[in-house]
Amino acid sequence: QYCLSGHPTLPCNVLKFKSTTIMLDCGLDMTSTLNFLPLPLVQNPRLSNLPGWSLKDGNAFLDKELKECSGHVFVDSVPEFCLPETELIDLSTVDVILISNYHCMMALPYITEHTGFTGTVYATEPTVQIGRLLMEELVNFIERVPKAQSASLWKNKDTQRVIDPGSSMEDDGSAEELFGAVQVTPLSSGYALGSSNWIIQSHYEKVSYVSGSSLLTTHPQPMDQASLKNSDVLILTGLTQIPTANPDGMVGEFCSNLALTVRNGGNVLVPCYPSGVIYDLLECLYQYIDSAGLSSIPFYFISPVANSSLEFSQIFAEWLCHNKQTKVYLPEPPFPHAELIQTNKLKHYPSIHGDFSNDFRQPCVVFTGHPSLRFGDVVHFMELWGKSSLNTVIFTEPDFSYLEALAPYQPLAMKCIYCPIDTRLNFIQVSKLLKEVQPLHVVCPEQYTQPPPAQSHRVDLMIDCQPPAMSYRRAEVLALPFRRRYEKIEIMPELADSLVPMEIKPGISLATVSAVLHTKDNKHVLQPPPRPAQPTGGKKRKRPSDDIPDCKVLKPLLSGSIPVEQFVQTLEKHGFSDIKVEDTAKGHIVLLQEAETLIQIEEDSTHIICDNDEVLRVRLRDLVLKFLQKF
Amino acid sequence: MDPECSRLLPALCAVLVDPRQPVADDTCLEKLLDWFKTVTEAGPSLLLLQENPCLVELLFRVLKAHDPRPRVLSFSLRLAGLFAAQEDCFQYLQVTPSSSVSQQGELLPMLFGESGPLGGAAWTAPTVRSGWLQGLRSLAQHPGALRFLADCGAVDTIFSLQGDSSLFVASAAGQLLVHILALAMRGPAEGHPSPQGCDWPACAQKIVCHVEDSLRSTATPQVTQALNVLTTTFGHCHSPWTQGLWVRLSPLVACLLEKDPIPASHSLVDLLLSVARSPVGSSDCGLWETLAQTLSHLSPTQAGPLALGILKLQDCPQALKTQAFGVLLQPLACVLKAAAQAPGPPGFPEGATGDSITVDTFLSSKSACVGLLCQALAHLELLQLLPQRPSPWPQAPLLRAAVAILRFCHGSAAPTSDVGGHLCAVLAGCVRVQRAALDFLGTLSQGTGPQELVTQVFAVLLEYLTSPDSSPMVLKKAFQATLRWLLGSPKAPSCCDLDPHTQLFLGELLPVLRKRLCSPCWEARDSGLEFLTQVTRHWGGQAAFRHALLASEVPELTGQLLRDPESYVRASAVTATGQLSSWGLYATPTGPEHPEVQQESLFTELLHILSTDSEGFPRRAVMHVFTQWLKDGHADVAEDLEQFVARVLQAASQDLDWEVRAQGLELALVFLEQLLGQPGSRCPYAVALPEAAPPATLAQVLQALCRVQLFEFALRALFDCDRPVAQKSCDLLLFLKAKATPCGGPQEAGASPDVVSVEAALQRWQAGEQGQPLGELEPEAVMAVLRSMDLEGLRGMLAKSSDHMEKSPQSLLQDMLATVGVLGENEADCY
Repeated sequence: QYCLSGHPTLPCNVLKFKSTTIMLDCGLDMTSTLNFLPLPLVQNPRLSNLPGWSLKDGNAFLDKELKECSGHVFVDSVPEFCLPETELIDLSTVDVILISNYHCMMALPYITEHTGFTGTVYATEPTVQIGRLLMEELVNFIERVPKAQSASLWKNKDTQRVIDPGSSMEDDGSAEELFGAVQVTPLSSGYALGSSNWIIQSHYEKVSYVSGSSLLTTHPQPMDQASLKNSDVLILTGLTQIPTANPDGMVGEFCSNLALTVRNGGNVLVPCYPSGVIYDLLECLYQYIDSAGLSSIPFYFISPVANSSLEFSQIFAEWLCHNKQTKVYLPEPPFPHAELIQTNKLKHYPSIHGDFSNDFRQPCVVFTGHPSLRFGDVVHFMELWGKSSLNTVIFTEPDFSYLEALAPYQPLAMKCIYCPIDTRLNFIQVSKLLKEVQPLHVVCPEQYTQPPPAQSHRVDLMIDCQPPAMSYRRAEVLALPFRRRYEKIEIMPELADSLVPMEIKPGISLATVSAVLHTKDNKHVLQPPPRPAQPTGGKKRKRPSDDIPDCKVLKPLLSGSIPVEQFVQTLEKHGFSDIKVEDTAKGHIVLLQEAETLIQIEEDSTHIICDNDEVLRVRLRDLVLKFLQKF
Repeated sequence: MDPECSRLLPALCAVLVDPRQPVADDTCLEKLLDWFKTVTEAGPSLLLLQENPCLVELLFRVLKAHDPRPRVLSFSLRLAGLFAAQEDCFQYLQVTPSSSVSQQGELLPMLFGESGPLGGAAWTAPTVRSGWLQGLRSLAQHPGALRFLADCGAVDTIFSLQGDSSLFVASAAGQLLVHILALAMRGPAEGHPSPQGCDWPACAQKIVCHVEDSLRSTATPQVTQALNVLTTTFGHCHSPWTQGLWVRLSPLVACLLEKDPIPASHSLVDLLLSVARSPVGSSDCGLWETLAQTLSHLSPTQAGPLALGILKLQDCPQALKTQAFGVLLQPLACVLKAAAQAPGPPGFPEGATGDSITVDTFLSSKSACVGLLCQALAHLELLQLLPQRPSPWPQAPLLRAAVAILRFCHGSAAPTSDVGGHLCAVLAGCVRVQRAALDFLGTLSQGTGPQELVTQVFAVLLEYLTSPDSSPMVLKKAFQATLRWLLGSPKAPSCCDLDPHTQLFLGELLPVLRKRLCSPCWEARDSGLEFLTQVTRHWGGQAAFRHALLASEVPELTGQLLRDPESYVRASAVTATGQLSSWGLYATPTGPEHPEVQQESLFTELLHILSTDSEGFPRRAVMHVFTQWLKDGHADVAEDLEQFVARVLQAASQDLDWEVRAQGLELALVFLEQLLGQPGSRCPYAVALPEAAPPATLAQVLQALCRVQLFEFALRALFDCDRPVAQKSCDLLLFLKAKATPCGGPQEAGASPDVVSVEAALQRWQAGEQGQPLGELEPEAVMAVLRSMDLEGLRGMLAKSSDHMEKSPQSLLQDMLATVGVLGENEADCY
């Protein structure tokens, strides 16, 4: 297994398994953007007037590119992302890419467009659709700003091309076969709409890839745990990034802080992705706003893909949890945000330009991206509301450190609340899961095998399993602990008919097979050997084909063991005397001192060493053979 | 037995033995047995049987039935036992064959002997085995019974039933053995039998030998049975012979301690405590040694209950108490040790220094660790409240331990030791331990502690109140513990206001409370409101508290919660705003989203809830608040007292919830008392006392009562379909009648013309037609009606439970017959 990403929740691994090369997820680590200045939607005097950064000796050769804000240095440019490793393995050899959820596919364009990749991408339908929305949003955020100077790889056409050839799969356990060697099957993982874990299996080996799974009851279909049983190797990625925060508590915190702010006349800003937790938050708020007396407060959802996201969520009924599925049959929209929109409590806009500026009313709650606070409409609201302590920004996405995200906006008067909501598995759930599914080996990023650096005493915040999990880190190649011992081979019926098994032990029968092994598409078939050409036809017979192996009659196979004492008695009966038996580590040596002959009897071999006396050897051989079964 | 029952009895017996008739349900049979029990206790059973031959007949026929129904068989066994409890009846049943049927045989041996159900197919039903045991239990009251038991070999059967698959049967078998043992030891052997047992009665000897054998057994269930029998014996029999029994058996019990693991440790602890509490304990010093030995041999989890039991004993040696206390403290000592960064201040007394066994238990598994901690916390909490708690009480280390546990659970501890790290991993987020520790911490508020520790307590409580991870139950406990600590905190010495530490804490607490009141989780909002109510009740007059509260947004939020979607929260908000308003701390909400209610007073808003809320809890809460306001003379109420009472009563009278109506009467009574003066005695016959209001005032009072329509409300309630309401109303009217009668001069005797119409209305109400209004009432008419009503009689009627008619044995028999339709047929035949 090749690890191409160092981020445990945005993995990118390549698995070489049975002559196939499978890329598992294609996550893009965007934390690097935190080192860049925000991209404002309109010219921002504060940001453009930031002082340039100069070295201690006064050298200011970098001051055009590096700016300083409240003691932090930022790159003044379009943000760049941290791509998966491209040098570790020739990515053109990758046969397929399996995607587990829409957050883990953002690096796809880099792989599919620039590495010679010619394979297939597999993902579930909602993953494809929502992943496309996330990419579109990102491209839109970065391209629309006035200072876009360098073209990114996030070209729309790339995105389109990447997504379209990708195959989507039904998440009903239907399997796809790769080159006849392995089968890949998606399983519901319970984390997001269409999120899946994957099972990669051959006839005798099974690898489970668990990435971004959740056992909580939120909107997606619940996680399928049972199918993960009997895995030889379970690759475990995408656990919760905030193991100490319980999502329920955080949602409560979110609501209380929101209510307190709005009640005091302040505005609430929620930087978020356009899909995912926002559905749950809206559902929570739907139930909460009346009780908290907030029914008159407007909620705005601003994203280039806001409309599509809200609508997509309502049409993927079969990917939703049971509760929501049943609503569809009533028929009702599965998510209550439909009602929020109908009653005008929730309004959505593609951006702050246009209609939004006419409808905008304060105090209000705004959901918008990007959670890194480096691009997107959120930048505008941070600048707009940052100066008043009445307002609050509530961070719910766990992907970015909120302190770092806020750094370029300092000094900031608005209140900041950190309520990371990460529904992915925590360590308690993982240990229950592992107990339940009992994989032979667990493979995971090294971050999961030790307590978090900030809480080194929390030994409960790491994976605890037997045998200990094997860990990997970025740019590392790990040999998975497979012992490939068997391969499935089919026998053609007519060949099977000709076999005559012999029972050598109760329940175990053996038969010799002479056949041709035919291998194609990683499928092995034993076919009857071609009949030897009949030597009847005179002289003009065809030249014997070189391809056909020589099918001469084989000597019978032997089985059984030689009881030494009885063997010695037999030797004595046949006139040998002066016999000595020595025990060795592997068996026995029978010494016929008179004949200067030595018989080595071991578990799987018998040697008769005599001094060039073929008659004696044959006599002894026949005596040995008497004790063995032949077939 | 009354003749009517005697008349019905034969038919019932016939039904019971008739396999074609459905068996009456178990409760009927139980009631029937209860009735027979009272009958046999009241008079001679022999006479009963002779007068009602159908009863013996029943027993015979059940016995002879081919396929007796288990319930009926069980019933018959118990019934026979009840009769045979009296010696003459016992003899009658033992020898008398049935008179009317041509059945022969001795009834009791047939019922309880080996030829009876014992060997039959019915024995497989647990209810039959249980009936057999209970029958014998009732029967074994006299020496004759002992002989009978010996003759029919019942004791051996009882031995085997001790291990019965049904727990009820097994437990009954154990208790029966104890009963037989006590019976056997009564009489000739009374006194001090020798421990060797040569002078013990044969039956007792047999049982004791069986117990001895069981104690020697290697099978734990057998040991458990023996220990349970002994526990019951020492718990119930306090005769001198138990002394001998203990002397005889204590070596065997001591032997159990040498085994590893100790078998049936739980039962062993029960036995030792039972012995220690019995008279045997106070005289036997060997017992204390056994207890000490047991304490040191048992695992920490097993030893906990024993230690608590020892500490509860009145007279036991100090050394043993110290040892027991040490056992209880050990888990906490362990925690303290694990949490310590550096050698801290002196901890627990000697003997409680977290020994290695406790540490091993902690490390063995999560459940063991959590179980041990919760047990220790619960035991210490119990102990703290007892007068005989150990002294000196290690308040400071206990506080430190409780704080440390809470920090471990919260993940905020940063331990350096291995054990600490393990505890941290095991306890993080463990709700069970959090709850136990918060309860314990709350109890500790009764004592004091060094200021630095108290600060830590408040800090950890604040951590829990703030943490979004606190589960609703934990949050509630945290609020409760905080309240106890707040109220227990010392007042500043100079003035009567809160001390500076508390003021500081309040400053941090109120924003947290504010946030909790906004929580989407209704339990959090509810416990926040409850906390606010309690704190305000105690501190509503404290300037510092008032200042801090008014500066926070809490009162406004509380008003907001009057419209909460969750009815419990609304109810708590009603109580809280009522309390705030009593102290002048409530300002009517002027939120931007509810401009329409801006002008309304809280009274109007609560009245609105009373008349429109769909759930009972908020409406009940409103009535409580109003009653309290009336008692306290709340400003809103005093403004126009009559208007207030009239509006409340009007709303309450139409309520569907009887508790609201009952509370309305409570409020009416308070109003009456305020008008007429406190009743010196509520006894209606102590009327001619000087505190009765003077006549002129009384007339005014009656006028006022008419104006607020209190009479209509009370009279309506008098015929309420819910008995408590009617009772309350009856009391109220009696009180009024008593107050008014002395002034009711002869000049009012002439009935006013209205009385007729009032009485007519009342009759209709009584008949259930409550829709009819009473109309305008004249005070004189009301008094006349009151005088003419037999309120005392009504009160007597109401005092009886509602099923007093249905409870009679006669009605029971009729019911049972009616279910099978016998009654109707028989009556038809008679005609």
